[in-house]
Amino acid sequence: MAYIDNSSDVPALAGGARVEDYLALLKPRVMSLVVFTALVGMLVAPGGINPFVGLVAIVCIAIGAGASGALNMWYDADIDRIMTRTRKRPIPAGKITGDEALAFGITLAIGSVVTLGLLVNWFAGAFLAFTIFFYVIVYTMWLKRSTPQNIVIGGAAGAFPPMVGWASVTGSVSLESFILFLIIFMWTPPHFWALALFKSVDYRAAGVPMLPVVAGETSTRHHILVYSLLLAPVGVAPYFLGFAGPVYGAASALLGMAFVALAADVWRKREGDAARFACIRLFKFSIFYLFLLFALLLGESLVAGA
Amino acid sequence: MMAEEEDRGITLTDEQKKKRRSRSIAIAVALGALVVLFYVVTIVKLGPGVLNRPL
Repeated sequence: MAYIDNSSDVPALAGGARVEDYLALLKPRVMSLVVFTALVGMLVAPGGINPFVGLVAIVCIAIGAGASGALNMWYDADIDRIMTRTRKRPIPAGKITGDEALAFGITLAIGSVVTLGLLVNWFAGAFLAFTIFFYVIVYTMWLKRSTPQNIVIGGAAGAFPPMVGWASVTGSVSLESFILFLIIFMWTPPHFWALALFKSVDYRAAGVPMLPVVAGETSTRHHILVYSLLLAPVGVAPYFLGFAGPVYGAASALLGMAFVALAADVWRKREGDAARFACIRLFKFSIFYLFLLFALLLGESLVAGA
Repeated sequence: MMAEEEDRGITLTDEQKKKRRSRSIAIAVALGALVVLFYVVTIVKLGPGVLNRPL
C-alpha cells in the first residue's frame, strides 16, 4: 500500500467536503470523453440494445471511469500537489481526505461493475472491471512513475470504453471494436506528449518520468511523429473494414494528413515561441481530430439506423 | 464523574452541518435513482413476464 505523506498538506478535516468536491473526484471532463466514445462503440456495434438498458450501460461505464479518476487522485495526491495543473484537485486542496476519496472510489468501482453485470451483461461488467484495474493498478500505481512510456500504457486504459460500449451490445469483442480501441490508443501519445512538451517543467518537478523529461525533447518529437504516422492509417481503417461510410473515409483521411502535417511542424520547430506554438496547435487539433472521427461514426450510424 | 456538559465530543459548525445535509441529500438521490433503475430494467427485461411465476 502507498503511504502518502500528508505532513506538508493543508489538513483536510474528514466530513468537511461538499458534494461538488466529490463530483470533482470523478474527473468530469475525462468522463465526458468516456461517455462519448462508449456511446459510439455501442451504436456502431451490430444488433440492438434496448434504449434504457443502453442508457444504464453508459451510466455504469461513466461511473466506472469516475471511480478510476477518484482512485487515481487518491494515489497521486502527493504529486498532484506539486504540479500547477493538478494542485487544485480536491485532495491537495484540502477539501477531501485521502481515505474519503479511496472509499468513494472503491464503492463506485464495485457498484458500477456489479450494476453493469447484473443489468446489461457480465462480459461487459468484467471488461469494465478490467479497465478500472488497468487504469488504477497497472497505470497509476505501477507504470506512471516508473517508465517514460507511461502515456502509452495510460492510453490503453482510456481506449477501452468504446470496447466496453460495444461489449454491452454484443457481449463480446471483435476486430471492429478493437480498431476503435486502436484509434484512441495511437492518438493518446502524440496528444499528451504535445502537452508534455510545453508542461515539462511541471512533470520534472513532480518526478514523473514523462518522455520530454527523461528522453529529451528531440526524442519526444520523433515519438510524436512516429505515432502520428501510425495513427493516420488506423483512423481510416473503419472505412476499409466496412463499418464506416464514405463520408467518414474521406474526412478521416484528410484529418489524418492534417494530424501528420502538424506533427511534422512540431518536429521541425525546435526552439522558442514557434516550437511552443506548434505544440499547442497540435495539442488542440488532436482533441478536434478524435472528437470529429467519433462524431462522424456516430452520425453515420444514426443515419444508417434511421 | 465527568460533568456531562463537557463530554459532547466534536460539535459541528453550521457550515459543516450544511455540507453534511447536502451530502446526505446527494446519497438519498443516488439511492432513489438506483431503486428506479433496477425497477425499470426489471420491467424492460421481463415485461409482462414479471407476473409469470408460480404462486
